[in-house]
Amino acid sequence: MDTTKVADTNGTQPAAASKPGRVGTLATWADERLGLATAMKKNLRKVFPDHWSFMLGEIALWSFVVLLLTGVFLTLWFTPSMGETTYDGTYEQLRGIQMSEAFASTLRISFDVRGGLLMRQMHHWAAMLFVASMMVHLLRVWFTGAFRKPRELNWVIGCLLLLLGTLEGFTGYSLPDDLLSGTGIRAADGFIKATPVVGTYMSFFLFGGEFPGESIIPRLYTVHVLLIPGLLLALIGAHMLLLVYHKHTQWPGPGRTEKNVVGFPMLPVYAAKAGGFFFIVFGVTALMGALLSINPVWKYGPYDPSKVTAGSQPDWYMGWPDGALRIMPGIETHIWGVTISWNVMLPILVLPMLAFTVLLLLPFIDAWVTGDKRDHHLLYRPRNAPTRTALMVALMTMYGLFWAAGGNDIIAIKLHASINQITYFMRAAVLVGPILAFVITRRWCISLQRKDNETLLHGYETGIIMRSAEGGYSERHLPLPESRAYVLTARDRDPVANGEVTPEVDANGVAAPRKGRLAGLRDRMRTVMWADNVQKPTLEELEAGHHHADHEHELQASLDGHAADGHQFDGHHLVSEEHLRDPHH
Amino acid sequence: MRLLNRSAGRISKHRRGPVAGLVVLLLGLLLTGGLYAAFSPAQADETISSDEQIAKGRELFLVSCSFCHGQNGEGVRSADGNQLGPSLVGVGAAAVDFQVGTGRMPMAQPGAQAQAKPPTFTQDEIDALAAYVASLGPGPAVPDESDYSLEGMSDEERQAAITRGGQIFLTNCTACHNFEGSGGAMPRGGYAPHIRGVEPKYIYEALLTGPQNMPSFGNGDLSPEEKRDVIAYLGSLEDMPNYGGFGLGGLGPVPEGLAAWVIGIGLLVGAAVWIAAHTTRSTKKKVDA
Repeated sequence: MDTTKVADTNGTQPAAASKPGRVGTLATWADERLGLATAMKKNLRKVFPDHWSFMLGEIALWSFVVLLLTGVFLTLWFTPSMGETTYDGTYEQLRGIQMSEAFASTLRISFDVRGGLLMRQMHHWAAMLFVASMMVHLLRVWFTGAFRKPRELNWVIGCLLLLLGTLEGFTGYSLPDDLLSGTGIRAADGFIKATPVVGTYMSFFLFGGEFPGESIIPRLYTVHVLLIPGLLLALIGAHMLLLVYHKHTQWPGPGRTEKNVVGFPMLPVYAAKAGGFFFIVFGVTALMGALLSINPVWKYGPYDPSKVTAGSQPDWYMGWPDGALRIMPGIETHIWGVTISWNVMLPILVLPMLAFTVLLLLPFIDAWVTGDKRDHHLLYRPRNAPTRTALMVALMTMYGLFWAAGGNDIIAIKLHASINQITYFMRAAVLVGPILAFVITRRWCISLQRKDNETLLHGYETGIIMRSAEGGYSERHLPLPESRAYVLTARDRDPVANGEVTPEVDANGVAAPRKGRLAGLRDRMRTVMWADNVQKPTLEELEAGHHHADHEHELQASLDGHAADGHQFDGHHLVSEEHLRDPHH
Repeated sequence: MRLLNRSAGRISKHRRGPVAGLVVLLLGLLLTGGLYAAFSPAQADETISSDEQIAKGRELFLVSCSFCHGQNGEGVRSADGNQLGPSLVGVGAAAVDFQVGTGRMPMAQPGAQAQAKPPTFTQDEIDALAAYVASLGPGPAVPDESDYSLEGMSDEERQAAITRGGQIFLTNCTACHNFEGSGGAMPRGGYAPHIRGVEPKYIYEALLTGPQNMPSFGNGDLSPEEKRDVIAYLGSLEDMPNYGGFGLGGLGPVPEGLAAWVIGIGLLVGAAVWIAAHTTRSTKKKVDA
């Protein structure tokens, strides 16, 4: 062993540690004051598993960073005031027009501040990507089962982030006080007023009087730059802390258990990957900001309650309640001189709140139905939870249809269709579509499970066609590599075989009385949860399958004198030394 | 005088020569042609009188328009009382110039709305049709270019006109035609068309006559100057660079959301796949780590 690197002598003098380098000195200085070593020693080597789908939440994180950076830039020039002013800037078409200071400063950022338009557009694109990536991340978490115990609360935090991100987006959309954002605030005012009894009071409270008043933009500004970002930051912190505490979930595989995490350490691998990903997100946002026009406020002009534009839509994440509102039949009730606008209240107040509550409660409903109290750190493939997968696809379908309905006018002009027909179609589709999607997805998943089982029992298709002595043709199947077979079988058997719920029995075989009033409902839901699922093959079935394959192999080996095992073509191992037929034969 | 007599006598010697007849004929033709050019109305090929134009227009009308609009432009109702084609009495030359000039008429097929397409008639024929329809009853005439051009204005006046036009446009037009004239949907398959890049004359005529679902903006609603300003504003949008980059069709937040999902999320998820595929490993072979 070479000791010269750690000590300067092995002679009679005692060994002394070599002088630390400049970085080492600094690290020691910091450690002595902050105690960093203890914290870092563990966390810098924290292991994360490697899979592309684990990086979707990271897109949200990094676009939030881009939002903070560009947002700070914008606050330096934005004037959150509804005070009247006369525009006197570079944009000629609006010069001399009366407008609010908020809109004038937005124009100033766009045309007179160096890099201002790029920053505005980057901020807006990053906001769109922030919410979008949160949703993609949410779908990944649901489809792979990462929401299960112990991560339910992190799911709740994630849902709150999604809600806050949407609100943050809406408040930001409203700030420039252009025609589109003003129309959006006007719509929001209408929604608030659709609340029975207290609606008008809430509206007057929010706007500081009758719409539009002079307070709404300064108020939204405070909410947009202080309140919600603060909450978002705190919740993102909590989300990440829980991620570290729970440790990241991983895909099953050889050597991966519920008790370990197989992957690479934070430093240097994930620090580099995540850091690199930040620059990619920043780059994509910058590219979009530079090349794609978003919210050209100068064309909308200042908000004026007497004006409106065709194609007045909210940003995409508010599109689905807008769609619900667009296709809702006009139902109103007049009672004791009060109008209850069901046509506004149901789609825009009740539906989103209901949807959000359902989303928030999904892990808890799931846990209640399955009765599963175990910790889960290994993920499953979406096909192995057909009902869960189908449920989310149904919800996605509903969301997508409402979303499309929100763009019904654009669809009408681009596809030369009648907006009325689109509306009638959507009214039915939002109810029928999810049911169809549920059934199709569920059956699709079960078919994929069946296909997995076939591959496990009969091997994979090699693409080699064998001709028997009788002249019959058959395709050679070969057993899966063991690691692959492990991955396919590393899943739990469903607790209820074929959806038959067996009543709990006590030691004497007497059926225990059902607990709770909802036990019957729970049993029925359990049946739906697992009915028709295909269970992985048993050990005996697997062995029988292998035995069958070996037998066939032996039979065929005699035909060509050399066992062509088919791996010659599939790249599983090197084949330079192997021949399909025995060269000496 | 003697000189004249002498030269006349000299020419006269040739009066029975072999080329005399030809020369006289050529001189005669030259004289008549020259006199005609000097005294006839400005352009010989536009000399057909208003009556002739109306007659020509009526012939075209009977062939191409009368099936729906009636033989005298009185309109035709179908058996169940629906309007097959409206009466054209009083719609004026401007309406004909707009509808036929933009190819909307003759209609390709009955539908929610007549589609713009390459025009079927030449401008001469359109003028004749317009003259005929104008003769059915008084209506707006085809505007002259001086009605909608900013010619002869100072830069400041021009700018003021564009700014004013923008405000008029945002107040009166965007609700259907969208904030930059990209068009919008109307009930039952109707639509307000895309109006960027439309010839100023046709915009002016559309304002005057209110084609299809559009309300008409007579001179009492929007003065000729205001119409001119709207046209100037639309022209200025055309001349303006796309400050923010590619405009995504100018349709507002829907294409923006589409771009965020398809381009933004597409690229970033692609990047995530790429980053995850390039991981630290000791061999070139892919490891199932």
